[in-house]
Amino acid sequence: MVEPSGATAIETSGLRKQFGPVAAVDGIDLRVPVGSIFGFLGPNGSGKTTTIRVLLGLLNPTAGSCRLFGQPMPEAAPDILPKVGALIEGPAFYPWLTGAQNLARFDAAAPDGDRRTRAARIDQALTRVGLTAAAARKYKAYSLGMRQRLGLASALLQPRRLLVLDEPTNGMDPQGTREIRHLIQELSRDGTTVFLSSHLLSEVEQVCTHVAVMSLGKILAQSTIVELQATGARRLAVETVQVNDAATVFERLGLTEVKIDGESITGRLDGQQAEDCCRALVEAGVGVRSLTTIRPTLEDTFVALTGEGFDVAR
Amino acid sequence: MLVAELVSQFRRRRVKALLLVLAAIPALLAVLVRVTGGPSNGNGPTFVDQVSHNGIFAALVGLTVSVPVFLPLTVAVMAGDSIAGEASLGTLRYLLVRPAGRSRLLLIKAVTVAAFCLAAGLAVAAGGLLAGAVLFPLGRVTTLSATTISLGAGIERTLLAALVAGASMFGMAAIGLFISTLTDVPVGAMAATIGLVVLCAVLDSVSQVQAIHPWLFTQNWSSFADLLRDPVRWTGITHDLLLQLAYMAVFGAAAWSRFTTKDVLA
Repeated sequence: MVEPSGATAIETSGLRKQFGPVAAVDGIDLRVPVGSIFGFLGPNGSGKTTTIRVLLGLLNPTAGSCRLFGQPMPEAAPDILPKVGALIEGPAFYPWLTGAQNLARFDAAAPDGDRRTRAARIDQALTRVGLTAAAARKYKAYSLGMRQRLGLASALLQPRRLLVLDEPTNGMDPQGTREIRHLIQELSRDGTTVFLSSHLLSEVEQVCTHVAVMSLGKILAQSTIVELQATGARRLAVETVQVNDAATVFERLGLTEVKIDGESITGRLDGQQAEDCCRALVEAGVGVRSLTTIRPTLEDTFVALTGEGFDVAR
Repeated sequence: MLVAELVSQFRRRRVKALLLVLAAIPALLAVLVRVTGGPSNGNGPTFVDQVSHNGIFAALVGLTVSVPVFLPLTVAVMAGDSIAGEASLGTLRYLLVRPAGRSRLLLIKAVTVAAFCLAAGLAVAAGGLLAGAVLFPLGRVTTLSATTISLGAGIERTLLAALVAGASMFGMAAIGLFISTLTDVPVGAMAATIGLVVLCAVLDSVSQVQAIHPWLFTQNWSSFADLLRDPVRWTGITHDLLLQLAYMAVFGAAAWSRFTTKDVLA
Protein backbone atom coordinates (compact mmCIF):
# COMPACT_ATOMS: atom_id res chain seq x y z
CA MET A 1 0.00 0.00 0.00
CA VAL A 2 2.23 2.73 -1.26
CA GLU A 3 1.05 6.16 -0.27
CA PRO A 4 0.28 8.27 -3.29
CA SER A 5 1.69 11.40 -1.69
CA GLY A 6 5.19 10.34 -2.70
CA ALA A 7 6.45 10.44 0.87
CA THR A 8 9.66 8.53 1.35
CA ALA A 9 10.76 6.33 4.22
CA ILE A 10 14.35 6.40 3.02
CA GLU A 11 15.86 8.99 0.73
CA THR A 12 19.52 9.45 -0.05
CA SER A 13 21.14 11.91 -2.36
CA GLY A 14 24.63 11.48 -3.68
CA LEU A 15 25.41 9.23 -0.73
CA ARG A 16 29.02 8.15 -0.72
CA LYS A 17 31.13 6.16 1.72
CA GLN A 18 34.80 5.73 1.10
CA PHE A 19 37.13 3.30 2.85
CA GLY A 20 40.64 4.30 1.94
CA PRO A 21 40.82 4.36 -1.85
CA VAL A 22 37.66 2.28 -2.29
CA ALA A 23 34.24 3.87 -2.55
CA ALA A 24 32.04 1.15 -1.04
CA VAL A 25 29.02 3.31 -1.75
CA ASP A 26 29.58 5.58 -4.70
CA GLY A 27 27.04 8.38 -4.84
CA ILE A 28 23.69 6.66 -4.66
CA ASP A 29 20.22 8.21 -4.83
CA LEU A 30 17.82 5.85 -3.15
CA ARG A 31 14.09 6.52 -2.82
CA VAL A 32 12.06 4.11 -0.75
CA PRO A 33 8.36 5.05 -0.79
CA VAL A 34 6.42 4.88 2.47
CA GLY A 35 4.45 1.63 2.61
CA SER A 36 6.53 -0.25 0.07
CA ILE A 37 8.28 -3.56 0.46
CA PHE A 38 11.55 -2.54 -1.06
CA GLY A 39 13.96 -5.20 -2.28
CA PHE A 40 17.59 -4.10 -2.15
CA LEU A 41 19.56 -6.41 -4.39
CA GLY A 42 23.19 -6.74 -5.21
CA PRO A 43 26.00 -9.27 -5.42
CA ASN A 44 28.27 -9.83 -2.42
CA GLY A 45 30.48 -6.82 -1.88
CA SER A 46 28.26 -4.44 -3.82
CA GLY A 47 27.85 -2.03 -0.89
CA LYS A 48 24.39 -3.03 0.40
CA THR A 49 25.40 -3.44 4.03
CA THR A 50 27.56 -0.32 4.00
CA THR A 51 24.53 1.60 2.73
CA ILE A 52 22.39 0.19 5.53
CA ARG A 53 25.02 1.09 8.12
CA VAL A 54 25.14 4.66 6.88
CA LEU A 55 21.33 4.85 6.86
CA LEU A 56 21.21 3.76 10.50
CA GLY A 57 23.93 6.17 11.64
CA LEU A 58 26.60 3.54 12.31
CA LEU A 59 28.91 4.98 9.65
CA ASN A 60 29.52 8.60 8.81
CA PRO A 61 28.96 9.25 5.11
CA THR A 62 31.94 10.64 3.20
CA ALA A 63 29.62 12.80 1.10
CA GLY A 64 25.94 13.20 0.35
CA SER A 65 23.03 12.96 2.71
CA CYS A 66 20.35 10.57 3.83
CA ARG A 67 16.95 11.07 5.36
CA LEU A 68 14.59 8.74 7.16
CA PHE A 69 10.97 9.90 6.92
CA GLY A 70 12.25 13.30 5.87
CA GLN A 71 14.54 13.72 8.86
CA PRO A 72 18.29 13.95 8.34
CA MET A 73 20.49 11.13 9.59
CA PRO A 74 22.52 10.80 11.70
CA GLU A 75 21.40 14.08 13.34
CA ALA A 76 17.83 12.92 13.93
CA ALA A 77 18.84 9.47 15.16
CA PRO A 78 17.41 9.86 18.69
CA ASP A 79 14.00 10.80 17.24
CA ILE A 80 13.72 8.48 14.30
CA LEU A 81 15.64 5.31 15.20
CA PRO A 82 13.14 4.19 17.87
CA LYS A 83 10.68 3.88 14.99
CA VAL A 84 13.06 1.72 12.97
CA GLY A 85 13.56 -2.00 13.56
CA ALA A 86 16.72 -3.43 12.09
CA LEU A 87 18.49 -6.66 11.35
CA ILE A 88 22.01 -5.80 10.22
CA GLU A 89 24.44 -8.40 8.92
CA GLY A 90 22.96 -11.20 10.92
CA PRO A 91 21.77 -11.32 14.52
CA ALA A 92 24.05 -10.57 17.48
CA PHE A 93 23.16 -11.23 21.09
CA TYR A 94 24.78 -12.02 24.43
CA PRO A 95 25.48 -15.77 24.51
CA TRP A 96 25.25 -15.99 28.29
CA LEU A 97 21.70 -14.57 28.44
CA THR A 98 18.47 -16.32 27.46
CA GLY A 99 16.43 -15.22 24.45
CA ALA A 100 13.98 -13.28 26.62
CA GLN A 101 16.76 -11.71 28.72
CA ASN A 102 18.50 -10.60 25.55
CA LEU A 103 15.37 -8.87 24.30
CA ALA A 104 14.95 -7.18 27.68
CA ARG A 105 18.54 -5.97 27.49
CA PHE A 106 18.03 -4.30 24.11
CA ASP A 107 14.65 -2.94 25.09
CA ALA A 108 16.26 -1.32 28.11
CA ALA A 109 18.83 0.28 25.80
CA ALA A 110 16.09 1.99 23.79
CA PRO A 111 14.93 5.40 24.98
CA ASP A 112 11.29 4.30 24.64
CA GLY A 113 11.66 0.84 26.20
CA ASP A 114 8.89 1.17 28.77
CA ARG A 115 9.66 -1.19 31.63
CA ARG A 116 6.02 -1.76 32.58
CA THR A 117 5.04 -3.15 29.17
CA ARG A 118 8.38 -4.86 28.52
CA ALA A 119 7.45 -8.41 29.51
CA ALA A 120 4.26 -8.32 27.46
CA ARG A 121 6.01 -6.90 24.41
CA ILE A 122 8.76 -9.50 24.64
CA ASP A 123 6.16 -12.30 24.83
CA GLN A 124 4.34 -10.89 21.85
CA ALA A 125 7.48 -10.52 19.74
CA LEU A 126 8.64 -14.04 20.58
CA THR A 127 5.23 -15.43 19.65
CA ARG A 128 5.28 -13.54 16.40
CA VAL A 129 8.51 -15.20 15.28
CA GLY A 130 7.56 -18.59 16.75
CA LEU A 131 10.22 -18.64 19.43
CA THR A 132 8.13 -18.83 22.60
CA ALA A 133 9.27 -22.37 23.36
CA ALA A 134 12.94 -21.33 23.39
CA ALA A 135 12.47 -18.06 25.31
CA ALA A 136 14.11 -19.36 28.49
CA ARG A 137 17.00 -21.06 26.75
CA LYS A 138 20.43 -19.43 26.58
CA TYR A 139 21.26 -17.78 23.28
CA LYS A 140 24.43 -19.83 22.85
CA ALA A 141 22.26 -22.94 22.53
CA TYR A 142 20.23 -21.43 19.66
CA SER A 143 20.54 -22.69 16.09
CA LEU A 144 21.28 -20.23 13.29
CA GLY A 145 17.62 -20.11 12.29
CA MET A 146 16.55 -19.47 15.88
CA ARG A 147 19.13 -16.70 16.21
CA GLN A 148 17.74 -15.10 13.08
CA ARG A 149 14.23 -15.33 14.53
CA LEU A 150 15.39 -13.71 17.78
CA GLY A 151 16.91 -10.92 15.69
CA LEU A 152 13.55 -10.37 14.06
CA ALA A 153 11.81 -10.47 17.44
CA SER A 154 14.17 -7.74 18.63
CA ALA A 155 13.25 -5.64 15.60
CA LEU A 156 9.56 -6.13 16.45
CA LEU A 157 9.66 -5.17 20.14
CA GLN A 158 7.94 -1.91 19.34
CA PRO A 159 5.56 -0.92 16.57
CA ARG A 160 7.88 0.33 13.83
CA ARG A 161 7.37 2.58 10.84
CA LEU A 162 10.32 1.06 9.01
CA LEU A 163 11.97 -2.33 9.14
CA VAL A 164 15.45 -2.66 7.69
CA LEU A 165 16.11 -6.34 7.18
CA ASP A 166 19.48 -7.50 5.93
CA GLU A 167 19.21 -11.12 4.69
CA PRO A 168 16.46 -12.00 7.19
CA THR A 169 16.02 -15.62 6.13
CA ASN A 170 19.69 -16.51 6.14
CA GLY A 171 20.11 -19.93 7.74
CA MET A 172 16.39 -20.65 7.95
CA ASP A 173 14.70 -23.81 6.75
CA PRO A 174 12.10 -23.52 3.94
CA GLN A 175 9.27 -23.52 6.46
CA GLY A 176 10.89 -20.68 8.39
CA THR A 177 11.52 -18.76 5.18
CA ARG A 178 7.85 -19.01 4.34
CA GLU A 179 6.83 -17.84 7.81
CA ILE A 180 9.09 -14.82 7.54
CA ARG A 181 7.66 -13.99 4.13
CA HIS A 182 4.16 -14.06 5.58
CA LEU A 183 5.31 -11.99 8.54
CA ILE A 184 6.77 -9.36 6.21
CA GLN A 185 3.55 -9.20 4.22
CA GLU A 186 1.49 -8.95 7.40
CA LEU A 187 3.65 -6.11 8.73
CA SER A 188 3.40 -4.35 5.42
CA ARG A 189 -0.39 -4.58 5.52
CA ASP A 190 -0.26 -2.87 8.90
CA GLY A 191 1.53 0.03 7.24
CA THR A 192 5.16 -0.72 8.01
CA THR A 193 7.64 0.07 5.26
CA VAL A 194 10.01 -2.85 4.74
CA PHE A 195 13.51 -2.42 3.32
CA LEU A 196 14.68 -5.92 2.48
CA SER A 197 18.25 -6.51 1.48
CA SER A 198 18.74 -9.91 -0.03
CA HIS A 199 20.43 -11.95 -2.67
CA LEU A 200 17.62 -14.50 -2.72
CA LEU A 201 15.95 -13.25 -5.86
CA SER A 202 12.93 -15.53 -5.72
CA GLU A 203 12.22 -14.28 -2.23
CA VAL A 204 12.37 -10.67 -3.34
CA GLU A 205 10.26 -11.44 -6.39
CA GLN A 206 7.55 -12.95 -4.21
CA VAL A 207 7.14 -10.19 -1.62
CA CYS A 208 8.57 -6.93 -2.93
CA THR A 209 6.70 -4.11 -4.57
CA HIS A 210 9.82 -2.10 -5.39
CA VAL A 211 13.37 -3.04 -6.10
CA ALA A 212 16.80 -1.48 -6.49
CA VAL A 213 19.83 -3.25 -7.88
CA MET A 214 23.24 -2.27 -6.60
CA SER A 215 26.64 -3.22 -7.94
CA LEU A 216 30.12 -1.89 -7.22
CA GLY A 217 28.70 0.82 -5.00
CA LYS A 218 26.31 2.21 -7.60
CA ILE A 219 22.59 1.77 -8.13
CA LEU A 220 22.01 0.23 -11.55
CA ALA A 221 18.24 0.20 -11.54
CA GLN A 222 15.47 1.32 -9.23
CA SER A 223 11.75 1.03 -9.88
CA THR A 224 8.67 -0.99 -9.08
CA ILE A 225 9.26 -4.66 -9.61
CA VAL A 226 6.78 -4.76 -12.50
CA GLU A 227 8.58 -1.98 -14.33
CA LEU A 228 11.95 -3.58 -13.81
CA GLN A 229 10.79 -6.87 -15.23
CA ALA A 230 9.25 -5.12 -18.21
CA THR A 231 12.65 -3.72 -19.14
CA GLY A 232 14.14 -7.15 -19.67
CA ALA A 233 13.80 -8.88 -23.04
CA ARG A 234 11.06 -11.48 -23.43
CA ARG A 235 11.78 -14.76 -25.11
CA LEU A 236 9.62 -16.79 -27.44
CA ALA A 237 9.45 -20.51 -26.65
CA VAL A 238 8.10 -22.98 -29.19
CA GLU A 239 7.71 -26.72 -28.89
CA THR A 240 7.87 -28.56 -32.17
CA VAL A 241 9.35 -31.63 -33.79
CA GLN A 242 10.78 -29.51 -36.61
CA VAL A 243 13.17 -27.45 -34.51
CA ASN A 244 15.55 -26.83 -37.42
CA ASP A 245 12.81 -25.44 -39.65
CA ALA A 246 11.66 -23.31 -36.73
CA ALA A 247 15.22 -22.05 -36.27
CA THR A 248 15.27 -20.85 -39.89
CA VAL A 249 12.02 -18.94 -39.33
CA PHE A 250 13.36 -17.48 -36.09
CA GLU A 251 16.42 -16.21 -37.93
CA ARG A 252 14.35 -14.73 -40.74
CA LEU A 253 12.18 -12.91 -38.17
CA GLY A 254 15.30 -11.50 -36.55
CA LEU A 255 15.09 -13.31 -33.19
CA THR A 256 18.48 -13.50 -31.51
CA GLU A 257 20.10 -15.83 -28.97
CA VAL A 258 18.29 -18.80 -30.47
CA LYS A 259 18.66 -21.91 -28.35
CA ILE A 260 17.56 -25.42 -29.23
CA ASP A 261 17.00 -28.02 -26.56
CA GLY A 262 15.47 -31.31 -27.74
CA GLU A 263 12.05 -30.49 -29.14
CA SER A 264 11.90 -26.95 -27.85
CA ILE A 265 13.41 -23.80 -29.25
CA THR A 266 13.64 -20.36 -27.72
CA GLY A 267 14.73 -17.01 -29.07
CA ARG A 268 14.95 -13.47 -27.79
CA LEU A 269 12.21 -11.10 -28.91
CA ASP A 270 13.27 -7.61 -29.90
CA GLY A 271 9.98 -5.92 -30.66
CA GLN A 272 8.58 -8.77 -32.73
CA GLN A 273 5.06 -9.77 -31.77
CA ALA A 274 4.43 -13.36 -30.73
CA GLU A 275 1.32 -13.44 -32.93
CA ASP A 276 3.33 -12.60 -36.05
CA CYS A 277 5.92 -15.22 -35.19
CA CYS A 278 3.19 -17.82 -34.76
CA ARG A 279 1.73 -17.01 -38.17
CA ALA A 280 5.16 -17.11 -39.83
CA LEU A 281 5.89 -20.49 -38.30
CA VAL A 282 2.61 -21.97 -39.44
CA GLU A 283 3.00 -20.50 -42.94
CA ALA A 284 6.46 -22.07 -43.14
CA GLY A 285 4.87 -25.43 -42.43
CA VAL A 286 6.25 -25.86 -38.92
CA GLY A 287 3.93 -27.92 -36.73
CA VAL A 288 3.61 -25.91 -33.55
CA ARG A 289 2.73 -27.92 -30.47
CA SER A 290 2.89 -25.00 -28.09
CA LEU A 291 4.00 -21.41 -28.23
CA THR A 292 4.57 -19.15 -25.25
CA THR A 293 6.39 -15.99 -24.38
CA ILE A 294 8.58 -16.07 -21.31
CA ARG A 295 8.86 -12.99 -19.15
CA PRO A 296 12.36 -12.54 -17.81
CA THR A 297 12.65 -13.63 -14.20
CA LEU A 298 14.13 -11.23 -11.72
CA GLU A 299 17.20 -13.42 -11.86
CA ASP A 300 17.61 -12.84 -15.60
CA THR A 301 17.20 -9.11 -15.13
CA PHE A 302 19.58 -9.11 -12.20
CA VAL A 303 22.27 -11.01 -14.07
CA ALA A 304 21.79 -8.80 -17.11
CA LEU A 305 22.33 -5.73 -14.94
CA THR A 306 25.20 -6.89 -12.78
CA GLY A 307 27.04 -9.19 -15.18
CA GLU A 308 27.22 -12.94 -15.05
CA GLY A 309 30.44 -13.27 -13.08
CA PHE A 310 30.13 -15.36 -9.95
CA ASP A 311 33.26 -13.95 -8.31
CA VAL A 312 32.85 -11.22 -5.75
CA ALA A 313 33.15 -7.96 -7.58
CA ARG A 314 36.07 -6.78 -5.47
CA MET B 1 19.63 0.82 30.98
CA LEU B 2 22.33 1.08 33.64
CA VAL B 3 20.50 -1.51 35.73
CA ALA B 4 20.13 -3.78 32.71
CA GLU B 5 23.83 -3.44 31.95
CA LEU B 6 24.87 -4.19 35.51
CA VAL B 7 22.52 -7.17 35.75
CA SER B 8 23.71 -8.47 32.40
CA GLN B 9 27.40 -8.13 33.27
CA PHE B 10 27.20 -9.56 36.76
CA ARG B 11 25.23 -12.51 35.35
CA ARG B 12 28.23 -13.48 33.23
CA ARG B 13 30.11 -16.51 34.35
CA ARG B 14 33.35 -14.67 33.61
CA VAL B 15 32.54 -11.82 35.99
CA LYS B 16 31.40 -14.17 38.71
CA ALA B 17 34.59 -16.18 38.27
CA LEU B 18 36.80 -13.09 38.48
CA LEU B 19 35.15 -11.98 41.72
CA LEU B 20 35.34 -15.49 43.11
CA VAL B 21 39.06 -15.73 42.35
CA LEU B 22 39.63 -12.37 44.04
CA ALA B 23 37.76 -13.56 47.13
CA ALA B 24 39.74 -16.80 47.11
CA ILE B 25 43.13 -15.04 47.29
CA PRO B 26 42.90 -13.87 50.93
CA ALA B 27 41.14 -17.11 51.86
CA LEU B 28 44.05 -19.08 50.42
CA LEU B 29 46.55 -16.91 52.31
CA ALA B 30 44.60 -17.39 55.53
CA VAL B 31 44.66 -21.14 55.07
CA LEU B 32 48.41 -21.01 54.43
CA VAL B 33 49.02 -19.00 57.59
CA ARG B 34 46.84 -21.39 59.54
CA VAL B 35 48.70 -24.44 58.26
CA THR B 36 52.24 -23.07 58.50
CA GLY B 37 51.76 -20.97 61.59
CA GLY B 38 52.68 -17.86 59.62
CA PRO B 39 55.94 -15.94 59.37
CA SER B 40 57.61 -14.49 62.43
CA ASN B 41 57.14 -10.83 63.27
CA GLY B 42 58.10 -8.39 60.54
CA ASN B 43 58.50 -10.89 57.74
CA GLY B 44 56.31 -11.36 54.67
CA PRO B 45 53.83 -8.86 53.25
CA THR B 46 52.40 -6.10 55.44
CA PHE B 47 49.90 -7.32 58.05
CA VAL B 48 50.66 -11.00 57.48
CA ASP B 49 52.30 -11.55 60.87
CA GLN B 50 49.11 -10.29 62.48
CA VAL B 51 46.71 -12.70 60.81
CA SER B 52 47.02 -15.48 63.36
CA HIS B 53 46.21 -13.04 66.19
CA ASN B 54 43.25 -11.46 64.45
CA GLY B 55 41.35 -12.87 61.45
CA ILE B 56 40.46 -9.40 60.18
CA PHE B 57 44.01 -9.02 58.93
CA ALA B 58 43.42 -11.75 56.37
CA ALA B 59 41.38 -9.19 54.42
CA LEU B 60 44.14 -6.60 54.64
CA VAL B 61 46.83 -9.06 53.58
CA GLY B 62 44.53 -10.01 50.71
CA LEU B 63 44.32 -6.40 49.59
CA THR B 64 48.08 -5.89 49.90
CA VAL B 65 48.78 -8.94 47.78
CA SER B 66 45.99 -8.29 45.20
CA VAL B 67 46.58 -4.62 44.52
CA PRO B 68 49.79 -4.88 42.45
CA VAL B 69 48.68 -7.74 40.17
CA PHE B 70 45.35 -9.50 40.59
CA LEU B 71 43.13 -6.49 41.02
CA PRO B 72 44.54 -4.62 37.98
CA LEU B 73 44.38 -7.84 35.97
CA THR B 74 40.67 -8.34 36.57
CA VAL B 75 39.88 -4.66 36.08
CA ALA B 76 41.81 -4.67 32.80
CA VAL B 77 39.71 -7.62 31.64
CA MET B 78 36.50 -5.71 32.36
CA ALA B 79 37.66 -2.36 31.00
CA GLY B 80 39.24 -3.82 27.87
CA ASP B 81 36.11 -5.83 27.18
CA SER B 82 33.69 -2.94 27.76
CA ILE B 83 33.34 -1.55 24.22
CA ALA B 84 35.51 -3.96 22.22
CA GLY B 85 33.57 -6.89 23.69
CA GLU B 86 30.29 -5.46 22.42
CA ALA B 87 31.92 -4.83 19.06
CA SER B 88 33.24 -8.36 18.75
CA LEU B 89 29.86 -9.84 19.69
CA GLY B 90 28.18 -7.54 17.16
CA THR B 91 25.82 -6.31 19.86
CA LEU B 92 27.35 -2.83 19.63
CA ARG B 93 25.58 -2.10 16.33
CA TYR B 94 22.25 -3.23 17.75
CA LEU B 95 22.67 -1.13 20.89
CA LEU B 96 23.51 1.91 18.76
CA VAL B 97 20.50 1.60 16.44
CA ARG B 98 18.04 1.19 19.33
CA PRO B 99 19.42 3.99 19.77
CA ALA B 100 21.25 3.69 23.06
CA GLY B 101 23.12 6.92 22.29
CA ARG B 102 26.88 6.80 22.04
CA SER B 103 27.62 9.11 24.97
CA ARG B 104 25.05 7.35 27.12
CA LEU B 105 26.40 3.91 26.27
CA LEU B 106 29.98 4.98 27.02
CA LEU B 107 28.93 6.50 30.34
CA ILE B 108 27.07 3.35 31.31
CA LYS B 109 30.07 1.23 30.40
CA ALA B 110 32.31 3.51 32.49
CA VAL B 111 30.00 3.29 35.49
CA THR B 112 29.80 -0.49 35.12
CA VAL B 113 33.58 -0.83 35.07
CA ALA B 114 33.85 1.49 38.08
CA ALA B 115 31.26 -0.61 39.89
CA PHE B 116 33.33 -3.67 39.09
CA CYS B 117 36.47 -2.00 40.53
CA LEU B 118 34.70 -1.42 43.83
CA ALA B 119 33.10 -4.87 43.78
CA ALA B 120 36.54 -6.37 43.13
CA GLY B 121 38.03 -4.59 46.15
CA LEU B 122 35.09 -5.65 48.30
CA ALA B 123 35.34 -9.25 47.07
CA VAL B 124 38.92 -9.44 48.35
CA ALA B 125 37.91 -7.95 51.69
CA ALA B 126 34.85 -10.18 52.00
CA GLY B 127 36.83 -13.32 51.20
CA GLY B 128 39.47 -12.31 53.74
CA LEU B 129 37.02 -11.41 56.49
CA LEU B 130 35.11 -14.62 56.01
CA ALA B 131 38.16 -16.87 55.98
CA GLY B 132 39.73 -14.91 58.84
CA ALA B 133 36.62 -15.22 60.97
CA VAL B 134 36.44 -18.96 60.37
CA LEU B 135 40.13 -19.78 60.91
CA PHE B 136 41.30 -17.26 63.51
CA PRO B 137 40.05 -15.38 66.56
CA LEU B 138 38.62 -11.90 66.05
CA GLY B 139 39.11 -9.04 68.44
CA ARG B 140 40.26 -5.50 68.93
CA VAL B 141 42.47 -4.40 66.06
CA THR B 142 46.01 -3.19 66.52
CA THR B 143 46.66 -0.38 64.04
CA LEU B 144 49.92 0.33 62.25
CA SER B 145 50.45 3.11 64.79
CA ALA B 146 50.33 0.48 67.56
CA THR B 147 47.09 1.79 69.05
CA THR B 148 44.04 -0.45 69.23
CA ILE B 149 40.55 0.18 67.91
CA SER B 150 37.35 -1.81 68.35
CA LEU B 151 36.57 -4.75 66.07
CA GLY B 152 33.61 -2.87 64.57
CA ALA B 153 35.77 0.13 63.71
CA GLY B 154 38.40 -2.25 62.36
CA ILE B 155 35.94 -3.93 59.99
CA GLU B 156 34.65 -0.54 58.93
CA ARG B 157 38.16 0.61 58.09
CA THR B 158 38.90 -2.63 56.28
CA LEU B 159 35.86 -2.22 54.05
CA LEU B 160 36.79 1.40 53.43
CA ALA B 161 40.31 0.26 52.55
CA ALA B 162 38.78 -2.20 50.06
CA LEU B 163 36.79 0.62 48.44
CA VAL B 164 39.88 2.84 48.27
CA ALA B 165 41.88 -0.01 46.72
CA GLY B 166 39.07 -0.47 44.18
CA ALA B 167 38.90 3.25 43.45
CA SER B 168 42.68 3.24 42.92
CA MET B 169 41.96 1.24 39.78
CA PHE B 170 39.74 3.94 38.26
CA GLY B 171 42.55 5.62 36.34
CA MET B 172 43.70 2.37 34.81
CA ALA B 173 40.08 1.47 34.07
CA ALA B 174 39.67 4.74 32.17
CA ILE B 175 42.75 3.93 30.09
CA GLY B 176 41.32 0.46 29.43
CA LEU B 177 37.99 1.95 28.38
CA PHE B 178 39.75 4.29 25.96
CA ILE B 179 41.80 1.47 24.43
CA SER B 180 38.59 -0.55 24.19
CA THR B 181 37.08 2.09 21.89
CA LEU B 182 40.04 1.76 19.53
CA THR B 183 39.60 -1.89 18.64
CA ASP B 184 37.08 -4.66 17.98
CA VAL B 185 39.34 -7.24 19.65
CA PRO B 186 38.71 -7.33 23.41
CA VAL B 187 41.79 -9.44 24.17
CA GLY B 188 43.95 -6.80 22.51
CA ALA B 189 42.49 -4.06 24.67
CA MET B 190 42.94 -6.13 27.83
CA ALA B 191 46.56 -6.98 27.00
CA ALA B 192 47.41 -3.39 26.14
CA THR B 193 45.97 -2.19 29.44
CA ILE B 194 47.94 -4.78 31.42
CA GLY B 195 50.99 -3.81 29.40
CA LEU B 196 50.66 -0.24 30.65
CA VAL B 197 50.47 -1.43 34.26
CA VAL B 198 53.68 -3.37 33.76
CA LEU B 199 55.28 -0.39 32.06
CA CYS B 200 54.38 1.79 35.04
CA ALA B 201 55.86 -0.75 37.44
CA VAL B 202 59.08 -0.77 35.39
CA LEU B 203 59.26 3.03 35.22
CA ASP B 204 58.60 3.14 38.93
CA SER B 205 61.78 1.16 39.55
CA VAL B 206 63.97 3.31 37.30
CA SER B 207 65.40 6.14 39.37
CA GLN B 208 66.44 8.15 36.29
CA VAL B 209 62.80 8.99 35.60
CA GLN B 210 62.06 9.89 39.20
CA ALA B 211 60.47 13.14 38.02
CA ILE B 212 57.46 11.31 36.62
CA HIS B 213 57.06 8.85 39.49
CA PRO B 214 54.40 10.89 41.32
CA TRP B 215 52.31 10.91 38.13
CA LEU B 216 52.28 7.18 37.46
CA PHE B 217 48.77 5.87 38.07
CA THR B 218 50.23 2.93 39.99
CA GLN B 219 52.20 5.18 42.33
CA ASN B 220 49.85 5.31 45.30
CA TRP B 221 48.05 2.02 44.91
CA SER B 222 49.08 0.90 48.40
CA SER B 223 47.85 4.04 50.09
CA PHE B 224 44.74 2.21 51.34
CA ALA B 225 46.95 0.85 54.17
CA ASP B 226 47.07 4.36 55.64
CA LEU B 227 43.49 3.79 56.76
CA LEU B 228 44.92 1.39 59.34
CA ARG B 229 46.91 4.15 60.98
CA ASP B 230 45.59 5.97 63.99
CA PRO B 231 44.74 8.68 63.28
CA VAL B 232 44.19 7.93 59.58
CA ARG B 233 46.77 9.56 57.33
CA TRP B 234 44.84 10.95 54.40
CA THR B 235 47.57 12.61 52.29
CA GLY B 236 48.54 9.50 50.32
CA ILE B 237 44.91 8.47 49.79
CA THR B 238 43.89 11.94 48.67
CA HIS B 239 46.81 12.19 46.30
CA ASP B 240 45.95 8.76 44.91
CA LEU B 241 42.28 9.53 44.36
CA LEU B 242 43.00 12.93 42.79
CA LEU B 243 45.49 11.30 40.45
CA GLN B 244 42.89 8.69 39.48
CA LEU B 245 40.42 11.50 38.87
CA ALA B 246 42.90 13.22 36.55
CA TYR B 247 43.46 10.02 34.58
CA MET B 248 39.70 9.50 34.37
CA ALA B 249 39.22 13.01 33.02
CA VAL B 250 41.92 12.71 30.36
CA PHE B 251 41.20 9.20 29.14
CA GLY B 252 37.45 9.54 29.62
CA ALA B 253 37.52 12.54 27.29
CA ALA B 254 39.70 10.67 24.81
CA ALA B 255 37.34 7.69 24.87
CA TRP B 256 34.35 9.97 24.39
CA SER B 257 35.79 11.86 21.45
CA ARG B 258 36.83 8.61 19.83
CA PHE B 259 33.64 6.67 20.46
CA THR B 260 31.14 9.36 19.50
CA THR B 261 32.70 9.85 16.07
CA LYS B 262 33.93 6.42 15.10
CA ASP B 263 32.64 4.31 12.22
CA VAL B 264 31.06 1.18 13.64
CA LEU B 265 31.88 -1.65 11.28
CA ALA B 266 31.64 -4.52 13.74
